[in-house]
Amino acid sequence: MALATRTERSPSLIGTLWRSTVGKKAVMATTGLIMLAYLVAHMMGNLKVFFGPGEFNHYGHWIRTIGEPFLHRTWFLWIARVVLAASVVLHGVAAYQLSRRDLAARPAKYERKRARASYATRTMRWGGVILGLFVVWHILDLTTLTVNPNAEEGRPYQNLVASFDRWWVSAFYIAAMLALGLHIRHGFWSAAQTLGANSPRRDRAFKVIANGLAALLTLGFLAVPIGVLTGIVS
Amino acid sequence: MNLTLRIWRQRDAGSAGAMTTYEVKGISEDMSFLEMLDHLNEELILAGDEPVAFDHDCREGICGACGMVINGAAHGPERTTTCQLHMRHFSDGDTIDVEPWRAAAFPVVKDLVVDRSAFDRIIGAGGYVSAPTGSAPDAHATPVPKPAADLAFEHAECIGCGACVAACPNGSAMLFTSAKVVHLNVLPQGAPERESRVLDMVDTMDAQGFGGCTNTGECATACPKGIPLTAIGRMNREYLRATVKGRG
Amino acid sequence: MPDHDVRWTTGDPIADTKAPDGPIAERWDRRRFDAKLVNPANRRKQTVIVVGTGLAGGAAGATLAEQGYHVVQFCYQDSPRRAHSIAAQGGINAAKNYRNDGDSVHRLFYDTVKGGDFRARESNVHRLAQVSVEIIDQCVAQGVPFAREYGGLLDTRSFGGVQVSRTFYARGQTGQQLLLGAYQALSRQIAAGNVEMHARTEMLDLIVVDGRARGIVARDLITGAVSTYVADAVVLATGGYGNVFYLSTNAKNSNATAIWRAHRRGAYFANPCFTQIHPTCIPRSGDHQSKLTLMSESLRNDGRIWVPKAKGDTRPPGEIPEDERDYYLERIYPAFGNLVPRDIASRAAKNVCDEGRGVGPGGQGVYLDFADAIRRLGRKAVEAKYGNLFEMYERITAEDPYEVPMRIYPAIHYTMGGLWVDYDLQTTIPGLFAIGEANFSDHGANRLGASALMQGLADGYFVLPSTINDYLARQPHTPVAEDHPAVTEAVGEATDRLARLLSVDGDRTPDSFHRELGELLWDECGMARTESGLRKALDRIPSLREEFWRRIKVPGTGEELNQSLEKANRIVDYLELAELMCLDALHRTESCGGHFREESQTPEGEAARKDEEFSYAAAWEFTGTGAPPVLHREELTFEYVHPTQRSYA
Repeated sequence: MALATRTERSPSLIGTLWRSTVGKKAVMATTGLIMLAYLVAHMMGNLKVFFGPGEFNHYGHWIRTIGEPFLHRTWFLWIARVVLAASVVLHGVAAYQLSRRDLAARPAKYERKRARASYATRTMRWGGVILGLFVVWHILDLTTLTVNPNAEEGRPYQNLVASFDRWWVSAFYIAAMLALGLHIRHGFWSAAQTLGANSPRRDRAFKVIANGLAALLTLGFLAVPIGVLTGIVS
Repeated sequence: MNLTLRIWRQRDAGSAGAMTTYEVKGISEDMSFLEMLDHLNEELILAGDEPVAFDHDCREGICGACGMVINGAAHGPERTTTCQLHMRHFSDGDTIDVEPWRAAAFPVVKDLVVDRSAFDRIIGAGGYVSAPTGSAPDAHATPVPKPAADLAFEHAECIGCGACVAACPNGSAMLFTSAKVVHLNVLPQGAPERESRVLDMVDTMDAQGFGGCTNTGECATACPKGIPLTAIGRMNREYLRATVKGRG
Repeated sequence: MPDHDVRWTTGDPIADTKAPDGPIAERWDRRRFDAKLVNPANRRKQTVIVVGTGLAGGAAGATLAEQGYHVVQFCYQDSPRRAHSIAAQGGINAAKNYRNDGDSVHRLFYDTVKGGDFRARESNVHRLAQVSVEIIDQCVAQGVPFAREYGGLLDTRSFGGVQVSRTFYARGQTGQQLLLGAYQALSRQIAAGNVEMHARTEMLDLIVVDGRARGIVARDLITGAVSTYVADAVVLATGGYGNVFYLSTNAKNSNATAIWRAHRRGAYFANPCFTQIHPTCIPRSGDHQSKLTLMSESLRNDGRIWVPKAKGDTRPPGEIPEDERDYYLERIYPAFGNLVPRDIASRAAKNVCDEGRGVGPGGQGVYLDFADAIRRLGRKAVEAKYGNLFEMYERITAEDPYEVPMRIYPAIHYTMGGLWVDYDLQTTIPGLFAIGEANFSDHGANRLGASALMQGLADGYFVLPSTINDYLARQPHTPVAEDHPAVTEAVGEATDRLARLLSVDGDRTPDSFHRELGELLWDECGMARTESGLRKALDRIPSLREEFWRRIKVPGTGEELNQSLEKANRIVDYLELAELMCLDALHRTESCGGHFREESQTPEGEAARKDEEFSYAAAWEFTGTGAPPVLHREELTFEYVHPTQRSYA
């Protein structure tokens, strides 16, 4: 008799996703896209620095008041922070677990490796680690102001200029933004593939968008430290 | 032409292996890569050595039995199977590295022979349509739009050689698994088991110790049959759809 | 040929006792109704061994398991998906008449009997044609991606010179797609625990207990362990024996050991000399050649075959002017030209090469020229039709067939002969069944294009699963003890043989013997056979066998993966089978189908059948290595298709 060969599965959606490589990867893709959307807004906000301290500080103040009067002051900000923090953690934990698994699945190397994948693809793991460390530094530097010696709460423009005036901070920032560009270049297309949005027809478009986003965000973010270093912003 | 071969020799699954160097002379450019190895093996036997073990059968590029990593590339420099790679793609004096597929899920059996039975288990988990013999309606009962039939065929061409796993830095079987999922899931005949198929096949794929996909595209570049990378995207969609729809 | 030739003796004729009488269209239904059935609840207790996982074996294993039998299945490959059915390109015939072009079960039956040159059994062929219709339904239900038209219905093409369009196909990979369908059905049963699959395990011998087939001896190719497996019935689906020629289009490891060992244990071997040669293969490029690659016969629809008129003309083809070319098929067969049947095209190529007019390395090739087709249809159209074949040709030869004519030469492709089976596909050993190319049943002396896949699946999906019930229902279900003398004897013989192969430690490799045997057979028992040539081969083979056992060198041990040992063990059987092939060819002094005896030709040089003398299947009984076998004739009667001489002039 043709017996059924179906396996019994737990009914939990999240459990199913988290347990399989495909599902976990989808978690990475979703959280990555959340962070990417945030970065686009963040980058556009950053550019206000070129319109002087007034506009930039005003923007910094407005962020805390989004949603009023429906939301209490800073609620929106905190919701965003929680979502972002959760995304970073899920993205990182999933990446760590998947990477462990991937490395175990290919224990031996070839004598003569001929890598055919792009540089962006091959640097996802280390690039991700660099970005993770950068996020920690970045929060300590410009959010909590812990490592920014001349910082003063409520004056983001001045804090930013003070931070980038240290050449090594700018150097670290620039390196991280280049890593970010590479990460997005592969990551965005990869997310489309992982979430099943890709198709032979759309493949080209997704690659173009990924490159565009990577370039836009890198250039947008780099504009600020370069502005400070060149004295355009002071 | 004369060549230097560096070939992975490993007595059995439990032994350690090593690259061993051999010189072969008088190789014709019309030989296939496997015929070149035949030539080496004939010499090894007469010299009292053990010939190099490698899997091969049809030697027409369709059975999927052969496969070795040649100079770091699965099936070598041309986009074809090892049996269809000819020595004219090499030059006199070349040194050629020959290694088995490397992946935790494909343990080495001997020399260049690996155990790919994990692929069979993935198929057994759902890579079929449950249509016991005798149960079929007339073949024309369900027309299949030509685009769907062509898409199914394009993915059904997979020969199960394992080059995708060998080429993948994560030893992932996503291209193999997705080729079968797409082949069956786009056909009306495959629709009743559409969700359970992808869920069960991915579960089994994971359980066999294959790595995950990081979308490097190495698999599709190595595939001798040109299974497209988008197959993986399609399978991901099927998987997420099936998860959301709630188990098959 | 007089029977007193000491090379063989004649025994009692055999009759197929299972085929019912009555109108041919009702026979299969009647046989199914008359057959006893096994109670579904009892099927699980019955074990059936299936050896081989090609179209026939894969389909049978899956179907028997679906019916509830416990199936134990074997293949020498690392996966059941790799069986050589996978390499079939062209298509599969079925009498669907979807084209409304006058096809019918009866027409397919008629074409197959006629195409087989009237050496097949009518009842079997008719059943094949009936079942062909169900095969397509079954395969489509499994998700086999056949070619379709824009309306979503199945596309068909005409193939092998028949006048109806009844060949279903999946681009040039029909065999692959059908095999994967069977493999997937089998995989489902393996996962469900209904089939116990042993991959990388090769059958070494058959176990016969009290006259019934009760199991096999098999070797685990990884560990080298030789084990026994017992069952209530054994099914051999191990394919043909074309590799006896060394160079053939078969897979490198396809072999005859299973059927030959069964033959040695008492199963009659029928028509071993009926081998098919395919005219459009890529010629060998040198002594290193390990196998031959076939290109679809469809190439002859547009390509023109020629050789230079002068002997030893070594000019490149482009420099040979039109009036110095001999388009020999068009010249000799003006009505059919380049589209004459496989055997005729093959023999004509051999003749011109024997005259010294062959082209390419060693003069073993003829041109297949598309220059006219490209001029007439344009390069684009030619590319659309044959692009993938041209690519394959260029990959192998490094010559561009758009610029330089292809070179082709015939090669061994299929064996119509095989184990003798009755209407139920049972051999002369009760409980031993043979299906697919391993049996002799449906193709007579010549197989039509796109019929091999049809027969493999017919046997595997539909015929065997019905007929085996009758056998199993009629036999007492008794266990076989592991230490039964018949079991220990079979294991002992198999292990002794392996030990002997390893102990000779001579100075010749297994391949060198295989090549030598293959060349001998190709020369004397290939496309054209003569009494003197066959006698020469029959004298040479025993001495080659003796030399083999004196000079064979097999490195390594038996307790590991040892591919040289596998090869050598198969060659032992080829060295015996080759002798029977030559003997069968010698005794059949007529020409028919793939068997061409130069002594039996029409005045025009075509094959001349001798129906009064040879309208029978020759079933040979083994009496010992090198000992004269016994010929049992199965007379063939033709009630529906009356024998006529083929003519293509």
